[in-house]
Amino acid sequence: MNKSNNSKNDFDKEKRLISLVLCGEAGQGIQTIEGLLTRIFKLAGFNVFATKEYMSRVRGGSNSTQIIISNRRVSAPLNRIDILIPLDKSALPHLRNRIGKDTIILGEKEKVLPEREIIDIPFTRIAKEIGSPIFSNVVAVGLIASLFKVDQQIPLEYTKKRFFAKGEKIVQGNMTAIKRGYELASDLIKKESVARLSIPIPNPEQDIKEEIILNGAEAVSLGAISGGCNFISSYPMSPSTGVLTFLSQYANEFSIIAEQAEDEISAINMALGAWYTGARGMVTTSGGGLALMGEGVSLAGMMELPVVIHLAQRPGPATGLPTRTEQGDLELALYSGHGEFPRIIYAPGGIQDLFYLTQRAFNLADKYQIPVFILTDEYLMDTYYNTLEFDLGKTKIEVYINKTNKNYKRYQLTKNGISDRGIPGRGEGLVLVDSDEHDEFGRITENLDLRKNMVEKRLKKFKELEKDKISPELIGTREYEILIVGWGSTYHIIKEAVENLKKYKIAFLHFKQIYPLPSGIKEYFKKAKKTIVVENNATSQFGKLLELFTGIAVEHKILKFNGLPFFVDELTDKLEKIMRREEIPHG
Amino acid sequence: MDNIFDLDDKNIDLAWCPGCGNFGINKVLKSVLKELKIKPENLVIISGIGQAAKMPQYLKTNMFNGLHGRALPVATAVKACNPGLTVIAEGGDGDMYGEGGNHFIHAIRRNPDLTNIVHNNMVYGLTKGQASPTSQPGFKTSVQVNGVFLEPFNPLAVAIALNASFVARAFIGDEKETAGLIKEAIMHKGFALLDIFQPCVTFNKQNTYTWFKENTFYLKNHDYKNRLTAFEMAVKTDKFPLGIFYKHPGKKTFEENLELYKTDKTPVIKRIFERNKMEKLIKIKR
Repeated sequence: MNKSNNSKNDFDKEKRLISLVLCGEAGQGIQTIEGLLTRIFKLAGFNVFATKEYMSRVRGGSNSTQIIISNRRVSAPLNRIDILIPLDKSALPHLRNRIGKDTIILGEKEKVLPEREIIDIPFTRIAKEIGSPIFSNVVAVGLIASLFKVDQQIPLEYTKKRFFAKGEKIVQGNMTAIKRGYELASDLIKKESVARLSIPIPNPEQDIKEEIILNGAEAVSLGAISGGCNFISSYPMSPSTGVLTFLSQYANEFSIIAEQAEDEISAINMALGAWYTGARGMVTTSGGGLALMGEGVSLAGMMELPVVIHLAQRPGPATGLPTRTEQGDLELALYSGHGEFPRIIYAPGGIQDLFYLTQRAFNLADKYQIPVFILTDEYLMDTYYNTLEFDLGKTKIEVYINKTNKNYKRYQLTKNGISDRGIPGRGEGLVLVDSDEHDEFGRITENLDLRKNMVEKRLKKFKELEKDKISPELIGTREYEILIVGWGSTYHIIKEAVENLKKYKIAFLHFKQIYPLPSGIKEYFKKAKKTIVVENNATSQFGKLLELFTGIAVEHKILKFNGLPFFVDELTDKLEKIMRREEIPHG
Repeated sequence: MDNIFDLDDKNIDLAWCPGCGNFGINKVLKSVLKELKIKPENLVIISGIGQAAKMPQYLKTNMFNGLHGRALPVATAVKACNPGLTVIAEGGDGDMYGEGGNHFIHAIRRNPDLTNIVHNNMVYGLTKGQASPTSQPGFKTSVQVNGVFLEPFNPLAVAIALNASFVARAFIGDEKETAGLIKEAIMHKGFALLDIFQPCVTFNKQNTYTWFKENTFYLKNHDYKNRLTAFEMAVKTDKFPLGIFYKHPGKKTFEENLELYKTDKTPVIKRIFERNKMEKLIKIKR
């Protein structure tokens, strides 16, 4: 029995969430169902959230997708499962720990071979009646949509549009499948267990239709193009590849050079070559790839070349769990590249952040002539939810390139450490960049006084960066006694968990600029009696960073490192346990 | 005679040993660039690390003196982003064939329109005399104490095997012929490999000026369009042929193959982000 099913808190009363999980082998079409259902629910005015966990294989295994349907905004996963659709016999064992006594399981007994009672729905038989077993997934889509009283026209029209390119026969088959799904549901809804779910969720927000729905990889990509990215060179590596794929697909439309490099070393060197000419280059990679790029990151530091590095984290060390999630490479990003030089590390919290921070990364890389990291992870890359349409009016492409004169000095010593950036062929000057220590023109030097000046010049930018700092976001009551600290992808998960615990004097401090740490952080900790850091790793890398740079040692740590993201209900329980153990009063 | 590629500072302290073949290459390269009427501001020399890779430090032009072995990825990107620039990627045998071996293979496959000049002295200079990928069998060093026994890397054979668009070898002991080959390589459209035998007077007492002179010969009556005979010449190691081994004119370059240059030649760096297109794309995600 799942404990969180019983914990009826205030939050649940006002916000209705139904957690639907599909589970089967790779290649069984879970992604098709996910794609159809998320769009259909959104069109019907529901808030939707979807995330998946999958194995590193092309066929077989056990993969699952969670879709949460809600009357309110929802941007984080739940451990609890209300409706489960198992597609094969390994689905139920795979999700054993998440199935509660109230979980409704809809599936084909023949295929699922359940050891417990499930509601038998002969999807395949119905699909065969329609003409082919391939329609079975769409029968399920119709059934689910019907349970939520979605107007049948919505899935019919959407399915028609979606399968249009596949020809009349497929379109007709799928539309019949939707109708058959609706017929099945009319009987099902009478069952007591299903009725108890009190589907549909009341009062869906109507303006959701105008919102966009996309995953993290798409948000990073759109942000990059909107930031003027016109060059990407990368080596495919899960979970970072989605960005390379997206930019490649839109390369012609947006005049982007997208090149699959022979290795990550080549990828980052290409990106640096691109910036040298005046293009805006990026690389997208994961931990192993960044490890190979290390020397290139250092080169950006020495040459004072801008570069944007998207690091989608997955569990390591080495190959680790290629398709799972972890916040385990903060320290890798922080220390990547030998020598001492400035950098920025952003850790976006959700789809909106992914877009705006990636867009901004290109401007700041250009302005300060430094590497800028976008630290994401598998969970963010593979997560979808409806969100406000991105507003390009809030963004601007800021270019910091100067025409050179005859005596141009690429590394002119300046007050703030930033020299005019010229590019070859624009102006009368020559642009010399050097990985050796260099003089102001960029030529190799072993003048040790100059060496000292150049080190100081590069490090001066740290101070300058403070002007463009992004302060952490404080969520919850200003009169807090308990302060939860998080960074990056856990944003919505912690936020929703903290909303569940409103009875306590609790607030959440989320960092999206994790390096350099903005000034003024200590203030947030002054009134906190208890501090808890929540991280998707085993050693509290952010907690360590916070202590290193501010001296603040967070008291409690909630760490998860099994390859899965936190779930809102799971985290709520864990936080509450600490409150009870520490005898923190509420109310 | 003055050359616009000469450094302003004539008294600069060059890091090369007296008698090093690099001086000759520097001199010949500058004269060819001048002859071809290339402007210093429109030329970029990209190099890695090593004594040969210091070349752009001693020429007055745009320079990207990057990481050991990584000149070719940088050069490929520079040419792709601004095809109007003349691009030379230069370095030594350790730089291009050792540390950068993987990039060498894949740069040839991409065929960017650039010139790859490799100073081949069959030894590591800057790290003081260890074997290089092209060191000959039996060559004794402080590391290869019993002599090299690895098969020497054959850059020309590899390039021809990959159907490179221009493959040639020169010997800097003959400046006139080297100048001609550098000129041909720069003028060639596509990836042009020019391997230049360049004696290291300090660390390679085996492959000296005299040795190279006695162990090389110029290709005569060789049809450089014939890939098979080119390969046959490339694998000759009793005596090393010099000249143009192979040429594949008309092979499409990396830039030409990029879809965005097929109808519009405007360099990518001069194009402007189209906001209205992005607004439409965002709306598709509804």
